[in-house]
This record gives sequence, structure tokens and C-alpha cells, in this order.
Amino acid sequence: MRQTASERDREELGLFSKKRKDITVQVYKTNQEANKVYQPKERVPKRKVRRPGPQDLKDERLWVKCPKCGSFLYHEDLQREQKVCPDCGYHFRLTARERIAQIADKGSFREFGRNITSGNPLDFPAYPEKLDKTREQTGLKEAIVTGKCTIEGQPCVLAVMDGFFIMGSMGAAVGEKFALAAERALKDRLPLIAFTVSGGARMQEGLISLMQMGKTAAVLGRLDDARIPYFVVLTDPTTGGVTASFAMLGDVTIAEPDALIGFAGRRVVEQTVKQQLPPGFQRAEFLLEKGFVDMIVPRAELRSVLGRLIRLHQGGKTA
Amino acid sequence: MSKPSAWDVVQTARDLERPTSQYFIDHIFTDFTEMHGDKLYGDDAAIVGGVGWLGDMPVTVIGQEKGVTLSEKARCNFGSAHPEGYRKSLRLMKQAEKFGRPVVCIVDTQGAFCGVGAEERGMGEAIARNMLELSRLKTPVVSVLIGEGGSGGAIALAVSDRLAMLENSIYTILSPEGFSSILWKEAARAPEAAELMRVTAAEVYDMGLVDDVIPEPEGGAKQNDDGAFAQQVRSYLEEQLAMLTKEPVASLLEKRYQKFRGFGKEYIVRLPQEKRKQASSSLQTLKKRPLTTEK
Repeated sequence: MRQTASERDREELGLFSKKRKDITVQVYKTNQEANKVYQPKERVPKRKVRRPGPQDLKDERLWVKCPKCGSFLYHEDLQREQKVCPDCGYHFRLTARERIAQIADKGSFREFGRNITSGNPLDFPAYPEKLDKTREQTGLKEAIVTGKCTIEGQPCVLAVMDGFFIMGSMGAAVGEKFALAAERALKDRLPLIAFTVSGGARMQEGLISLMQMGKTAAVLGRLDDARIPYFVVLTDPTTGGVTASFAMLGDVTIAEPDALIGFAGRRVVEQTVKQQLPPGFQRAEFLLEKGFVDMIVPRAELRSVLGRLIRLHQGGKTA
Repeated sequence: MSKPSAWDVVQTARDLERPTSQYFIDHIFTDFTEMHGDKLYGDDAAIVGGVGWLGDMPVTVIGQEKGVTLSEKARCNFGSAHPEGYRKSLRLMKQAEKFGRPVVCIVDTQGAFCGVGAEERGMGEAIARNMLELSRLKTPVVSVLIGEGGSGGAIALAVSDRLAMLENSIYTILSPEGFSSILWKEAARAPEAAELMRVTAAEVYDMGLVDDVIPEPEGGAKQNDDGAFAQQVRSYLEEQLAMLTKEPVASLLEKRYQKFRGFGKEYIVRLPQEKRKQASSSLQTLKKRPLTTEK
């Protein structure tokens, strides 16, 4: 797309551009700054990004606005950038399918447990309808997708949650699918890699959801006994019962930049302590500083870092 | 007397005169010796832990304490533990494993504490780690839920060989008030929520999520009975531990694992390619195709 003279002027002279756009460096406001565990690559200075013109802006299907910096971006471009805003580095939330497409070697993913889903243990009003509707909207049967794949040529088992399926909440089926994935990893002696995104336990299933915390923790105990590597990637947002179970039990815990990770929701904490919380509270950088994640890895490097980790763990064949 | 409503049970479970962990510790175990601290950060009074005699058997006791007087309650943070509380309990469980003592957990909490410090020190990790280690602890574990079993804070001490609930105790994924405000945007409909959530000991037992229900006297158990009710819990513990200590560790662990591995299985539906079946009819398919694909 060619730029008009006035557009070029605006960009070069900085006219009409908002000030925050000038700052594109990724800032890690933590104590670890001086002693970084993981060094993200230098950002390429000011990549040329297409801006939707007035004509295209009329068609809302074509573009999306970055919730962090407000830039208008073409869907197409954003997809190519792995859904990371080229201006401010904001990591857009991904569906499970998008995530798998970014992480697994092309065409290597073989799904299992595809048709497992939850019933209605509490006869909760309108829950089956909600499930049906969500299934239609997302094309998924449950809030987690499990399967085998290769990453940089090395086989592993993936369990990828989807935050668009009832907030990625964990009910009986999510717990079961995770457990099946872990058991597959155990049987085939392959590393297990989980991507978490969750609002917590699924309220509609009551205590049955709570039990999934014990269940996933127990199955990870077996994995641990068998010395099968288990890597977790915490993505925005990971909270509640998932944080208090399989999300925090990784041999290596990775977080995406700026991801919200916590046990209690921010509002609940605010109500409990009756005070405003600092802006970075429960963010990935906060957890790194407090010592609960091993590293923060930007999405562009996630695949190679996971590949490297699998190699360093000798593909799970160490024991 | 007619059957109490779910909300009645919730009220009884929260009754201020209800016995707390300390009551059971005082009246069941002799020579109870308390041990403090997680040896990592600090001591959390919301969880009391130590070693004592159950008859002629030394056991490790870990109890969530709400406190009786107001100053005790403040000291115990009303029974809401911080991560260091769970890490203390983990330390004591490991100690029990080392010395071959059974573990008795007394569960009574509204939930783990939701504060800034708790988040900073990894509440989620503390609970998760507790559950993982309990699931494979090489010694018998019996948990008794005596009042409120609030969500993650409760299950962190309830991954056990036997879980019993007192008749008027509740086990919840979140408080009925919280549930009601999520569902109907108002906390006032908590009684309705309690009904829907199936929180009472009897209902949880029917769902197959606890092993036993210990009956209470009319009107619920009280602190000031000079330990009369504690004897009932004591005989339950003695009975269960007598059985569990005879069991070889390998089969104990296998059963504990299978118990948790199986939770929720009957509520899982395997969808056919397009059309969804009713939960009841798909139970048939489940029987034909067991969910554990591997042994």
C-alpha cells in the first residue's frame, strides 16, 4: 500500500501521533533487570507496519485496535506477527488452535480426546445450552485441546487451554483431558507442555470442578515420579483453580510478557485488603520478581525456547 | 424435625459455638506437641500442626484453626491461611512420611487468604504443591472436614485416603454468597445458591466425593461439651487408621490415586461426531469405552 504525502509527513514529523507511540521498548520493571534470567532479543527498530486507510477502516472485519496502545492493525498483519502488536508488544489472546499452529511443527499435531466434554453434574440451569452455544462459537468441545505433536522435530504432548471457551474454566472434562494428556506423556515417555489460560474452576460444575485440582495435581505427581519433564507456559490470564493446580507445578515455568497470573482475582484482593493495588500486581514480571516463574518469553521466541528446553531435557529420555 | 435446608446447614457450619480444630486436637490427641513455621518465610497461625498420640499411635496432626475468641480469630486470620501455612503443613507431612507416622488433617476454612502478601508468596503454588505431595505421600492420610471446606484452601488438605465430613459441615467451590453474586449479581440469594450448589455433607456424599459422614448431635456439635463429640471423631480416626496402616504403601497410594483420578468421570460426556447426547444416555457409551485408555 502506498502512503500519501500527508500520511508520510505525519509519521516523519510525528504530527498527530500520540506520545506513547514513541516508546516501544519493552520495559521490565523488576529487580531482575540487572540480572536477567532470560534476555529477550532486541526489538527491531520501528518495523514498517501498514495502517488501515480511511476506506478500510469502514470495514470492521479488516482491522483490529490494539487494546494497549490503540494502534489500528490489519488482521492479516497481526496474524503474521503471531498476534503481537508491532508497536507496543501487546500479546493478543490466542485461541487454542492459533496457539498450536504457532508452536507445533507444521502438520504434526494429532489431537486426542477431541470429543470429551462435560455433562451437567449440578443440573445447573441453562448450562447445557451455554455449552452448546460456546461449542458452536468456538468450534471446540471443551476449554482444552490435547494432542501429540513435534516441536523443532522433537515429539511431545501438548495440552492447550482456550480462554474463549467459558473463560477457559476447568470442569470435569478439562481435568479429564489434562489427565489423559499427562498419562499419554507418561506412557510414551514424552515431555508434556501445557499452555494455561483460565478464569479458574468452572462454577457451573460446583465441587466436581474443585476435585479436578486434586486430580490434575495427582497425575502430575506420577509424572514427577517418572521424571517426565513438564513445562508450563502461563498466558494471559491464568487464575484461580488452574493456578492452584497444574499451572504452578511445572518443572520449568514460562510466562508470556505482561500475562496476568494469580490465585485470587484482582477485585477480590482489592476488596479483601481495601486498598488500590499497584499496576503491575499479578503480572508475569511481578511473578518473575517474586520467584514463581523461571522466565518470561515473548511469543516470537516461544517455539525456539520450548525446542531448546526439550533438547536440554533429552526429549524426556533422561531417566 | 424436618430435614434442614442447605442454608440451615451453612449456618450451622459457620456457628460461632462450633468446635474448631483446637477442640479436636485437645480432646483426641494426647501429648500434642505443636511445631511452628515453614522454615522458609514464617509461621501461620491459621494452620496448627504438630505430633501427638492417637491412642498408642503417634500421628502428625494438621488443622486449620479459625480461633474462638476475637483475639484468637484475629491471630488466626479467621482460618484463612497464607502460603506459609500450607508450606508448614507440607513440611510436617514430609516429616510424618519420614518417620512413618500417619497424617490427620482437620479442614475448616472459608478459603485460602486473598491478600497481597498471599499472592506475592505464591498462594497457587503452595496449594498445588500440597495436593501433589499429599497424593503420593507414603503414609496414610485421613482428613476430616469439621466446618467450612472452602475451595482450594480446603482441598489442599483433603487429598487423602479417607475424607470424612461432619454432618453439618459444607464443602464448597466458593461461598454461596459469592456464587449467588456471580450468578444473579446479588449476594442476597445465597440460600438459593446453597441449594443449587449441593454443599452439605449428605449431598457431597451422594456425589461420591467424600467417603464418610460423621453424625452430629441434635442442633450441631458445640465446643462446650467437654469433648463428648470429639470421641466420635476419635473412634472414626482410630478405626480408619487401623485399617489404613495395615495396607501396604504401594496399594495405599494406588487407591488414593485412583480415587482422585476418577473424580468427575461419571459427569463426562463423549460427544458423537456432531450431535450431543444426554448425559444419562452417554453413560452407556462410557461403559463400553472406558475413559482410561491406558493401564
